[in-house]
Formats: sequence, C-alpha cells, structure tokens
Amino acid sequence: MIRARNLPFAATVLIFIIAYALCVMQFPNMLSTRVVGNLLTDNAFLGIAAVGMTFVILSGGIDLSVGSVIAFTSVFIAVTVRAGMHPAMAFALALVISTAFGALMGLTIHALSMPPFVVTLAGMFLARGAAFLLTTESVPISHPFLDTLGDLFFRLPGKGRLTFLAMLMLAVFVIGAIIAKRTRFGANVYALGGSPQSAELMGVPVRATTIRLYALSGALAGLAGIAYTLYTSAGYSLATVGMELDAIAAVVVGGTLLTGGAGLVMGTLFGVLIQGLIQTYIVFDGTLSSWWTKIVVGLLLFAFIVLQRVILLFHGPKGKPARMVPAGG
Amino acid sequence: MKRTFATAGAVACLAMAAGMAMAQDMTVGFSQIGSESGWRAAETTVTQQEAETRGIDLKFADAQQKQENQIKAIRGFIAQGVDAILIAPVVATGWDAVLEEAKEAEIPVVLLDRQIEAPEELYLTAVTSDQVYEGKVAGDWLVGEVGDADCNVVELQGTTGSSPAINRKAGFEQALEGHDNIRITRSQTGDFTRTKGKEVMESFIKAEGGGANICAVYAHNDDMAVGAIQAIKEAGLNPGTDIKIVSIDAVPDIFLAMAEGEANATVELTPNMAGPAFDALAAFIADGTEPPKWIQTESKLYTQADDPQAVYEAKKDLGY
Repeated sequence: MIRARNLPFAATVLIFIIAYALCVMQFPNMLSTRVVGNLLTDNAFLGIAAVGMTFVILSGGIDLSVGSVIAFTSVFIAVTVRAGMHPAMAFALALVISTAFGALMGLTIHALSMPPFVVTLAGMFLARGAAFLLTTESVPISHPFLDTLGDLFFRLPGKGRLTFLAMLMLAVFVIGAIIAKRTRFGANVYALGGSPQSAELMGVPVRATTIRLYALSGALAGLAGIAYTLYTSAGYSLATVGMELDAIAAVVVGGTLLTGGAGLVMGTLFGVLIQGLIQTYIVFDGTLSSWWTKIVVGLLLFAFIVLQRVILLFHGPKGKPARMVPAGG
Repeated sequence: MKRTFATAGAVACLAMAAGMAMAQDMTVGFSQIGSESGWRAAETTVTQQEAETRGIDLKFADAQQKQENQIKAIRGFIAQGVDAILIAPVVATGWDAVLEEAKEAEIPVVLLDRQIEAPEELYLTAVTSDQVYEGKVAGDWLVGEVGDADCNVVELQGTTGSSPAINRKAGFEQALEGHDNIRITRSQTGDFTRTKGKEVMESFIKAEGGGANICAVYAHNDDMAVGAIQAIKEAGLNPGTDIKIVSIDAVPDIFLAMAEGEANATVELTPNMAGPAFDALAAFIADGTEPPKWIQTESKLYTQADDPQAVYEAKKDLGY
C-alpha cells in the first residue's frame, strides 16, 4: 500500500516509465544499454549535487550555492593539478574546502537566524567569484590518474558503458537513502523540515543538524564538482551556471515536498533521470528546440507542486481542508 | 485492444523509418553552441539549408552555451548511430573523452568555426575562418583604394583581449606594412557593439579636428561600423566619401549602408561552415578520402560594386 506522503514518488516513477516507453515507441534505438549508460553518466554531477539538495529541502531549507561550488571545485582542481599537485590530493583538498564552506553557511544560517535563501545566495556569489579569481579561462587537465578513472567502466551488453561516474552517482544515492532513513541525523532532518519549533521541543539538536546539513550539501557539491571535472576533463569558471535550479527541480519532481518534511532520496534519482530523458529525446528528435527541456521541466514542477498541495490538504497534518475557507469570509 | 494499438504503432514507426532510410542516405548530428549572436543564428540556418539541399537528415541540438549539454548531445548522437557529427565547440578544452567514444563508434567528427585543444586524430577536420587573414583582406582593400595619398586611419577594436580583436588587428597591420602613407592614428575598443562603436567614433571625431583629419575607419566588426556611420553623419560629414568605412563580418545591415553609399567594404565571415564540412564528410564516407586537418573558409571581400542591395536581400532572412 502506498502511503499518501509517498504518492508523489510513485507518480514520478510512473511518469519516468511511461515517458521512456513513449520515447522507445518513437525511437526504438532509445531502448539500448548505451542510452541507459549515457543517462547515468551524463547526469552524474547533477545527481550527486541533487542528493545534497534533497537533504536541504527535506529540512525546509534551500542551497543556492551548489552550481557555483561545482564550478569552483572544477577550477580549483584544474589549477592545482596544472601547478603539479596529484589529482587525488587535489580532490581531497577540494572536498575539504567545499565541506567547510557548506558548514560555514550552515553556521551562519543558524547563528544569525537568516533564511537559507539569503545566506546561500551570498555563498553562490562568493564561490563563483572565487572561481573567477583563480582563472577566467578554461583550463584543461590531463593526468594519468584521471585517464585511469575515465577508463574504469563495465561494458554492458550492447555497447553501453556503466562508467565510474555512473557508479559513483548510484553509490551516493544508495548511501544518501540509508542516511535519510536509518540514521539519527536523517530523522533529525525530517523533523526539522516538519516543524522547526516542535523539532526543538523534541530535543533535536537544531544547531548541529543545520551545520551538518549544509556541510553535507557542500561536500556533495564538491563531489559533484569532481564528477564534473572528470566529465569534461577541464575546469571552467563559467561552468554549471544555474545548475542549483536544475537540482531543485529534480528534487521536487522526485516527489520531495518543497516545504520540507517529506520525500525520498531515491525519488530525486528519478527526477534527475526524467530531466535527462527529456534532453535525450530532444537530441534523438533533432528538430525540437532544446529549450523544450526547460518548458517540460517547468510544467512537471507545476504539476508536482499542485499534487503536493492537494495531498497536504487532504492528508497532511498542517493543512486541514478547513484552511481553504478564506479568513473573515 | 492495447495490443492492437501497440502493433499499429510499431508498424507506423517501421514504415516511417523505412521511408526515411530511402529518402536520405546520411544522418548528421549538429551540436551548436547556442544562438547568442546574429551570426550564430545565421550559421544554424545555413547549416540546415545546406543539409536540406544535399538530402542529409540533420539532427540539431542547441547547447544553450553549456559544454555539458554539448557533451550530452554528442553522446546522444553516438547512441543514435548517426553517420557523422558536427560540433561548434563552446570552449577549446575537455573534448577528449567524448571524441574518443565517437572514434570508437567509427563516427567522423568535424569541428565548425572554432578549433579545440585535443589530439588531431580525434576529429576528421576543422572548418574555420582565418581571422588574421580577414584583417589582411580589409587592409589590402584600403591600400589599393587610397593608392599613394596620405591616409589617417582610426581603428575600432573588438572586445579587448578577445582572439578576433587581436587577430583582426594583426592582419590589418600586416597589410599596411610598407605603406607609410597610411597610418593608424587612433585605436580604441568598441566592444563589438553598435552603441560603443558610435560613442568611440564621436570622441575620435572631436579629437581629430571635427573629423577633418580622418581618412578612413577600420572596424573589427560591422556592428561597430554601423555605429561609426551614425556618428559621422551626426557630425555633418558624409560616411563613405569624406571618411571611408571598412569592416569585417558582412552582416545584412552593412549591405544596406553600402547600397546607400555610406560604407565602402566588408570582409565576409561566412556562416556557411557546414557546406565545406558536408563535402569533406561525403568524400570521406564514399571512399575514405582524408581531408586536410584545417579547411579555411573563404574570406570574401564585398564592396559597393558587388550589388549590396541584392546581397542584403539574400542575407536578411538567415536569422542575423
């Protein structure tokens, strides 16, 4: 039996399956391991960042710095590797920086009781500016270590590839789902998103949870930056502008409540895959404007927000149908 | 019921696929950067026209200025099994992995308009213009036009530090070497825009005795030239006769100005990069003819003698 709270997740999975089936009916070529492998590889960096975003949105917050942190990480790695550092060391340093950056934003949000929107907006400009400070050009990276990671893939039957990036993303999703459902931290995040006041009364350590939450989002944005660097083998300060919005869209289309408190990490995976599927369809068709991706994602977002509202009205603890009566009416 | 529908759908798909296979013998994927400028839009239009006249099925993907979208599109083309791929690369780096995949799938790749930093064996050829040569063509025209008379040239540069600005300046200076009667007296950036071109020209005119000491304007693109023409007219001079105008790009508006005698010459940055690319691909697929690694497009000079009105009519619907 599907619980009402998980209805958006079920809807997402269903939409993905139906959409894929429709695509395959029109382009039989789309039913290949190559396309499935591409879907996972091409969206790996978006997926990894979206897992962090899922946690943030589950807590009722938002993180607008994700796209900039990815760009900063990729530029940082490119510049340090060019200067002679081993990529593994550069990766580790980049993760430390992005995690610390996230933690600092979490601390600011809690200490100043500022809306996450404002603090992470500042973070977005800071990280993007720092990337430009390092270099404005597109810096190529070549190192045997990166080639090894690039060559690390399983061949699927039918020429498809399950690349290192795809496996990394799937691993992040699995670990994310476990953290959300099986740990104290995960439970605290859901509680915070349900209602910060009652969470505090229940003894949820709000400060520690907020800091860890944004540190996690920062760390995953850093990891997404590493994935992006591997994907393009270059660092570019203008990369992934506005990608945080794609991640937010993936989270909401994946069935997570934008106001927090309800949703599943695995739903986000399908939110990401639906976006990837639309792009793949547009490439296969070859005549549609690629801006249709945005239009379809926009329509899906709208549909999901309406669906969430309806579910909340009838099942949610916060929204009793009585709220629909206008005040004083 | 469901089954009947599915079967009917499958049959329809098969029929369509068969029909397409008969009508077209080549499918080409084209990953375009975006539509940030008029020239870019014209390149897209011309590519589609060139594909149509050759009976090529063109799959078009607009990357909205993002490299990751271009890589996704190229992977999509490979998965689809296209016969060839055209890329107008948004940046020079980061293409090795995806081009290796294309190579492994034995799909030839042709670069349009820009070069990349990648091993040469990863792509068939690159079709681009030579920006230094463009500047030289403009300079050569001016040298031929003024002969032995003294001529003070003011230069409207492109965006500071951009490669077209650097190269077009260098090419023009090359052409002037050994012609001491022609000198560049002032040179400033007009940022490739009409408004900046006009502003900078206004200050040039003020600084040069109301324009009396200026014999010619060299603008790194047509938009700045159009702005300069405006400034010259407002100063009460006749552009095209009092002050000669030569620029680069050959966008439709400069032909209107030439038809009215207000501009003198322009060097074309052709939006037809795809034509030579398709020809090279056809030869390569037919009998394995390897094209040179760089195909230079023609930098054609247009003057008032080339029926600018007719050229304008031909170009105005390309999307500039």
